[in-house]
Amino acid sequence: MERKLPKKLNFVLTLLFILFVAFLLYLANEKLDEYVLRVVRLIAIYGVMAVSLNLINGITGIFSLGHAGFILVGAYTSALLTLSPEQKMMSFIIEPIVPWLANVHTDFLTATLAGGALSALFAFLIGWPILRLSGDYLAIASLGFAEVIRIFALNAISITNGPLGLKGIPEYSNIWWCYGWLFVTVIFVASLVNSSYGRALKAIREDRVAAEVMGINVFKHQLISFVVGAFFAGVSGALYAHWLTTIDPRVTTLGPMLTFYVLIMIVLGGLGSISGSLIGAALFAILFEWLRDLEEPFVLFGMRVPGIKGMRTLVISVIFILVMIFWQRGIMGREELTWNNIYRWLKRRGESG
Amino acid sequence: MTSPTLDLSRKPILILDQVTMQFGGLVAVDDFTAEIRQGELVGLIGPNGAGKTTVFNLITGIYHPTKGKIVFDGIDITPLKPHQITHLGIARTFQNIRLFSDMTVLENVLVAQHHKFTNPDADRILKINGKSAKRVANFWFWRSVLKVGYLKFEKEMVSKAKELIEKLGLSKFMHEKASALPYGDQRKLEIARALATDPKLLLLDEPAAGMNPKETEDLMRFVERIREEFDLTIFLIEHDMKVVMGICERIIVMDYGRIIAEGTPKEIQNNPKVIEAYLGREWEGV
Ligand SMILES: Nc1ncnc2c1ncn2[C@@H]1O[C@H](COP(=O)(O)OP(=O)(O)O)[C@@H](O)[C@H]1O
Ligand SMILES: [Mg+2]
Repeated sequence: MERKLPKKLNFVLTLLFILFVAFLLYLANEKLDEYVLRVVRLIAIYGVMAVSLNLINGITGIFSLGHAGFILVGAYTSALLTLSPEQKMMSFIIEPIVPWLANVHTDFLTATLAGGALSALFAFLIGWPILRLSGDYLAIASLGFAEVIRIFALNAISITNGPLGLKGIPEYSNIWWCYGWLFVTVIFVASLVNSSYGRALKAIREDRVAAEVMGINVFKHQLISFVVGAFFAGVSGALYAHWLTTIDPRVTTLGPMLTFYVLIMIVLGGLGSISGSLIGAALFAILFEWLRDLEEPFVLFGMRVPGIKGMRTLVISVIFILVMIFWQRGIMGREELTWNNIYRWLKRRGESG
Repeated sequence: MTSPTLDLSRKPILILDQVTMQFGGLVAVDDFTAEIRQGELVGLIGPNGAGKTTVFNLITGIYHPTKGKIVFDGIDITPLKPHQITHLGIARTFQNIRLFSDMTVLENVLVAQHHKFTNPDADRILKINGKSAKRVANFWFWRSVLKVGYLKFEKEMVSKAKELIEKLGLSKFMHEKASALPYGDQRKLEIARALATDPKLLLLDEPAAGMNPKETEDLMRFVERIREEFDLTIFLIEHDMKVVMGICERIIVMDYGRIIAEGTPKEIQNNPKVIEAYLGREWEGV
């Protein structure tokens, strides 16, 4: 039997919850120190990355490894738009910046939207060849395309400043932009998932051939999912760039490593669950920050051990492997944290207790 | 039950014209020519590996024939993709049940209705509040995400799906995961899902597989019932000849990719070629 809360109550609870979170964020913004606040903001940025990848991988079942490519497009596009003409002139020292980019200067919202849009356009273009492939081939091709973007960023010096990257990006990603975009992302993706389209996407994940035979144009639906996911990945890239303030095309910043991190978040949270993605993103951000100490020199049994760079990535990877082996469904599985589910769960506990 | 008769006056709805399907060196379907007429219930029988499922895969566009032509309702569907063929009005079930196992019974049926909104040529299928499907399909994506004028359609879809599920006697599983259903009910759900696409022609691939004689008998009655109720033409695969004898008006017998006999159940029973195949080879269920 399906137990459900009245629609109105559901709506009121959600509204109260949002207000409560907004209040908490306000308090955090006022009281917490800058170091902690940076992590709080990063949680939201990771959240946007995770929810968007989850739409592609978890909901639609497209095993894409190209997320960092979309994030990179969003990061560079937005940064090039918010950097002032003088800054751009000064930092492009290897080769001068191309004239059509030198003088454009926009506000943060426009830059973010432009980053998302360009990323979506890019997904639309590479979606045509990539989505014709399946399974492992698709994974490898998407990883390849993301690398192509990164190599482009490394070599198109007059557009991206090449290996030097972009510095002095204004730190616009405050708590309200980060959580505002996270809110928009979650609402949009959740609304998509809870619609006729969302059911079609899940059907494709469950059984591609059966979905086709049910009249679903699988390619078109996968493309929609891919493009929407890429848009929000681009947005997250814009937020990330204006959080980092310095971006460059190294493997570890906006390369395969980042895709890997986002993948950890969604698998840890539960592939296919939006709330899982959020939990995964928060856990990852906190854990990764906490593990930073591993890379500092520390004293073990009276001996001074020098900090080992990359140590926390190693630890995170081991955790990831353990999760994959022993706990494949992650924290949430494919369930969502909705009021209805909480209500049902409480009720069941009440009945059995 | 009235004895099935062959009515040549009805117009053909599906024509397979010298259809051949080759997988590498293997000719799975060889020069297959047949017609299914409007409203008929035709059986396709033959031993395992005869090529029956491949015929269905060809009709539904999962494979494209290496030679030959398939015409449905006057349209050459040979080059079309599965979803386009579904839009035209062919639905099917699978020999190995292929439900969306992690989705509920209701969701499984709802998925089958999705194409009516996304397919701009679906006017014939859906008219809600006097609006043609063509207008619904425009911006349907944005409408469903932004929930602008969407909930009304969703409600309509859900009530249609529930009605169908009720008709097939699956109501008690409404919100159960498809994978949690008993085997026989999973087969029924597959049929419900196929019906939800609003087909003119229904292809059933061994719907009685794995059922005991009693269940099989019930299922055949059930097939007859939906045929009446939904005004369907049905093409049904079965490897056990006895099962289809009672309900099919016409039977096509396949062996090694070829048609070896065709006719009324009576004719098939007395056909020397079929008898030879029966005696000469081991047929399951016979
Ligand atoms: N995709 C495929 N690739 C290669 N061979 C196939 C494929 N599909 C079916 N076959 C072969 O075609 C023959 C007919 O199979 P099928 O149509 O499933 O038979 P039936 O449904 O009558 O049992 C079998 O020998 C089978 O192995
Ligand atoms: Mg078969």
